Amino acid sequence: MKRESINVRKVLLNESEMSKIIDRMVYEMIEHLSMLKNVAIVGIRTRGVTLAERLIKKIEEKENVKLATGTIDIALYRDDFCKNLSSPQTGPSVLNFDPEEYHIILVDDVMYTGRTVRAAIEAIMDYGRPKSIKFVSLIDRGLRELPIHPDIVGKVIETSPEDKVAVFFKETDGEDKVVLG
Amino acid sequence: MKHLLGIENLNKDQIMNILETAVSFAEINQRQIKKVPTLKGKTIINFFAEPSTRTRTSFEVAEKRLSADTYNIAVSGSAIQKGETLADTALNLQAMGPDAMVIRHSVSGTPQLLTEIMDCSIINAGDGFHEHPTQALLDAYTIWQRKGGFEGLKVALLGDIYHSRVARSNIYLLNKMGAHVSISGPGTMLPKEVEKMGVTVEKLPKYAVQDADIVMMLRVQNERASNLLYPDVREYSRYFMLTPELLKLAKKDALVMHPGPANRGVEIDDVVMDGEQSVILEQVSNGVNVRMAVLYLLLGGSDK
Repeated sequence: MKRESINVRKVLLNESEMSKIIDRMVYEMIEHLSMLKNVAIVGIRTRGVTLAERLIKKIEEKENVKLATGTIDIALYRDDFCKNLSSPQTGPSVLNFDPEEYHIILVDDVMYTGRTVRAAIEAIMDYGRPKSIKFVSLIDRGLRELPIHPDIVGKVIETSPEDKVAVFFKETDGEDKVVLG
Repeated sequence: MKHLLGIENLNKDQIMNILETAVSFAEINQRQIKKVPTLKGKTIINFFAEPSTRTRTSFEVAEKRLSADTYNIAVSGSAIQKGETLADTALNLQAMGPDAMVIRHSVSGTPQLLTEIMDCSIINAGDGFHEHPTQALLDAYTIWQRKGGFEGLKVALLGDIYHSRVARSNIYLLNKMGAHVSISGPGTMLPKEVEKMGVTVEKLPKYAVQDADIVMMLRVQNERASNLLYPDVREYSRYFMLTPELLKLAKKDALVMHPGPANRGVEIDDVVMDGEQSVILEQVSNGVNVRMAVLYLLLGGSDK
């Protein structure tokens, strides 16, 4: 799904900056992965999936490995399901591996309150008990409401709750950039 | 959307939204742990004032897999047997603060009436001769998954159209989605001016089945047909039963559907019912996915 139009106040990252940051995240992940066997990379719908696909492709090329992958949808696990204006769109989750045997690296585009990550962890636990779960995010915009923190992060920015942070990907939005709206 | 009373007042986008949402739930129903916390703390009453195995169980499975608390009421064992009116029963149930009520009733329009009495979401699980929307939606989901769409499909709908709420809901839905419905059944079982619903009426089933993509059978409803509408069961089955020979007239990859419970050897031959083209049990599995989607869409969010 393409992004709705957003009133851009500031471009936080352009295409080349974003690419360099993703490359650096790939190296950090490889360093991390080298200590582990049975690693699966799981994207959180929808932008997390796009980022996960890029990370997987680069890691597989560099390391000549084949990673287990997955997609997780958190709509059914939201803690504000009954308070939102309408039921959020939902899509299927796919985990093509036995979670009990794997270390899972969760991927999302923006980390904010921590509630999405909490919901994603709960969703994964419904499939089984993974060996461990780590969290990777392109942007950390702060303002946490839960004691959850990313293990690998692309860029930390300071924001206020009124701000909108939107990540654009070529695959879904036609260009690579991160904007503040 | 707060209530689901029928297909007649839904539009194409709303129908597609329900079917697409059901795909997520299909995945949950394949998992080892078939439960999500989405409707935790929601109370749902299943009020079935008519017998039901499939629909009632299917709703209850759907509700429980969404973590809702469910309560079942049947007429036997309820105060209706002591002479309480439906409206009073409804008001008393409302006082217990349910979030939704699933209702099946032999009187058409009962769910609509309940929306005027109660504050909670009302889901029609079949009312009289009127509608059975979740059945039509699960039939549509089955067709959509198997055929990839609806546009231009020919659907043969055979049997007792007059008494069938399943037929009405399906005709509304299939017409909205761009399929073409041909019906056939004994003259006494076709409603007057049924063509006005946008269907083709065929005197003989073979014309309806000819080149059909879907052959949908309806149950002979002996409990509703108080006056004999056909001379005897043998004569009915001789003319209107779906036999292997009749099915051969349909497209090679035609699907055989039946909302259940089926009268084997009356409206459908054993060989066809258990044959390769039959998706009857798939319809039942899909029923859970679709009902989860309906509950999810109706009970999500708040009015505030």
